[in-house]
Amino acid sequence: MRTRLADRDGALAWIFLMPSVLYILLLVALPFVLAIGFALSDVTAGDPSFDWVGLRNFERIFEDPVFWQSLGNTFIFTSISMVLIVVLGKVLANILVADFRGKWIVRFFVLLPWTTPVALSSIAWLWMLDSIFSPIDWVFRQVGLLGGVGAAIKPDTNMYWLGEPGLAMGSVIAVHVWRLTPLAAVIMVAGLVSIPRDLEEAARVDGAGYWRRMFEVTIPLVLPVAAVAALFGAIFTFTDMAVVDVLTNGGPNNATQVLTSWAFFRGIDGGDVGQGAAIALFLFPLLLAAAIAILRAVKRMEV
Amino acid sequence: MSYAMRHVLSRIGLYLLAILAALLCAAPFLWSLITAFKQNRDLYNPANNPFVFNRPATSDHVLYLFERTSFGTFAWNTLWVGVLVVLITLLLGLPAAYALARLDRPWAGWFGVAIFLVYLVPPTLLFLSLSRLIVALGLQDKTWSLVLIYPTITIPVSIWLLIGFLKGVPKDIEEQAMVDGYSRLAAFWRAVMPLAFPGIVAVVVFAFTLTASEFIYALAFVSPTPEKVISTGVPTELVRGDVFFWQSLQAATVLVAVPIAIVFNLFLDRFIAGFTQGAVKG
Repeated sequence: MRTRLADRDGALAWIFLMPSVLYILLLVALPFVLAIGFALSDVTAGDPSFDWVGLRNFERIFEDPVFWQSLGNTFIFTSISMVLIVVLGKVLANILVADFRGKWIVRFFVLLPWTTPVALSSIAWLWMLDSIFSPIDWVFRQVGLLGGVGAAIKPDTNMYWLGEPGLAMGSVIAVHVWRLTPLAAVIMVAGLVSIPRDLEEAARVDGAGYWRRMFEVTIPLVLPVAAVAALFGAIFTFTDMAVVDVLTNGGPNNATQVLTSWAFFRGIDGGDVGQGAAIALFLFPLLLAAAIAILRAVKRMEV
Repeated sequence: MSYAMRHVLSRIGLYLLAILAALLCAAPFLWSLITAFKQNRDLYNPANNPFVFNRPATSDHVLYLFERTSFGTFAWNTLWVGVLVVLITLLLGLPAAYALARLDRPWAGWFGVAIFLVYLVPPTLLFLSLSRLIVALGLQDKTWSLVLIYPTITIPVSIWLLIGFLKGVPKDIEEQAMVDGYSRLAAFWRAVMPLAFPGIVAVVVFAFTLTASEFIYALAFVSPTPEKVISTGVPTELVRGDVFFWQSLQAATVLVAVPIAIVFNLFLDRFIAGFTQGAVKG
């Protein structure tokens, strides 16, 4: 029998993969290598000539206290939001798999934070956290938490959510968690749906209580998919700076500056391309290692 | 406590939790909806109850959005960029996913993981060099630059999800088609595609959502007003220095959020299916 090209799996596999591979090589791999080159050179927006400077960009970013502050903020920001996203995502997922009346409208509301372009939802939050007109502050004033002597939190009329360093960080984390929890929930619903119901039933019949079922049946089974949700959360947290950019622009006084926003600030706004690249590159090895570790762990748990 | 009693209590708890979750998630949008129709004198008075109309509602600010800003242009740009990016993503991603899911290459497993890892490369790292490429191609300040760049975000995730959907199609179906005399290519097109179609639609919706949300590239590559997309156009056009056109901003947020969420909802179940089959069990 004559084999046509369309029947030869090996050749076909390559033909099918080639366009994607070429595209990724040209527009991701090549720019990535170039970015490493930038990090090791003195390229700026004003002087695009490429001169090798070795690790000097890294030395310079290390001397800058703002870099260390951004690095610390990135870890706080990522770790707190990851924990919250996974925990709240699990709660939300449990709601989404349950059967109840009016589920479609709950589902619609719950998905809104994630499907709305982040720049727009951040602006909606910017108003919620406004220094004068914040509706949250209005409620606080009504119930006596704010405004006037004897108010429970402070006598001022407003919280200044985005003006105080600690509150600003809290606000940015809250908005970020609000935005990503629905995605984590959707990913975990996928995991919950795939858990065989009979396993839990069997444990129940065998007399295992709620907590034992939780720790010995449900959690080990949900863990792989929770890890995937966490991975997605981490990627979005590491790579996305829109929330920070819209809400605080890194302020007040760099209190909410994270590495991505700092890299953008130095590299694009400041025009120091080499430094911007060095900052953006700094955490990549860590992210890569974490991603590979999570994916491998998930694979092992599955088998 | 009787069983019936516990059942009733847990139902009540579930409803309360569901309502709470819905309110927390939707709060800023419900809020935006009220704000969009408020008069300035109502809105800019910290003593006014922010949850009700203290003065008659007005549609002035919503009309302003359509008549005096380029909101329509931004929406149109977002739409056509999204559609083109989704088409490119499917054109490149579908064959690649099929190759990795079905053609039984020994390296398919780690190749799939490698493609997924591409998704980890942050845009903050790439835009520095991509902006040079865009300039070299003469695409700076053109919406077209986004059509070229956005598939870097959508292709890796889409391949990952598509692998899941394609694996969900029983192998016998294409084997039967090939026994019946179809080539591998024809079997893919005629037998596998129709069955994987709902999943493909889910990927389309997901990729479109990613494209519409993207912020960094759009901010870095495109600055003239008529070329902007919604995610950068609305914040820059309706915020002039320190002056925020709050009601119009809120109206824009709701107008964009609701349609995307409705469409996404329609395909949520398919999307969930893709995640279980593809991702973890790769």
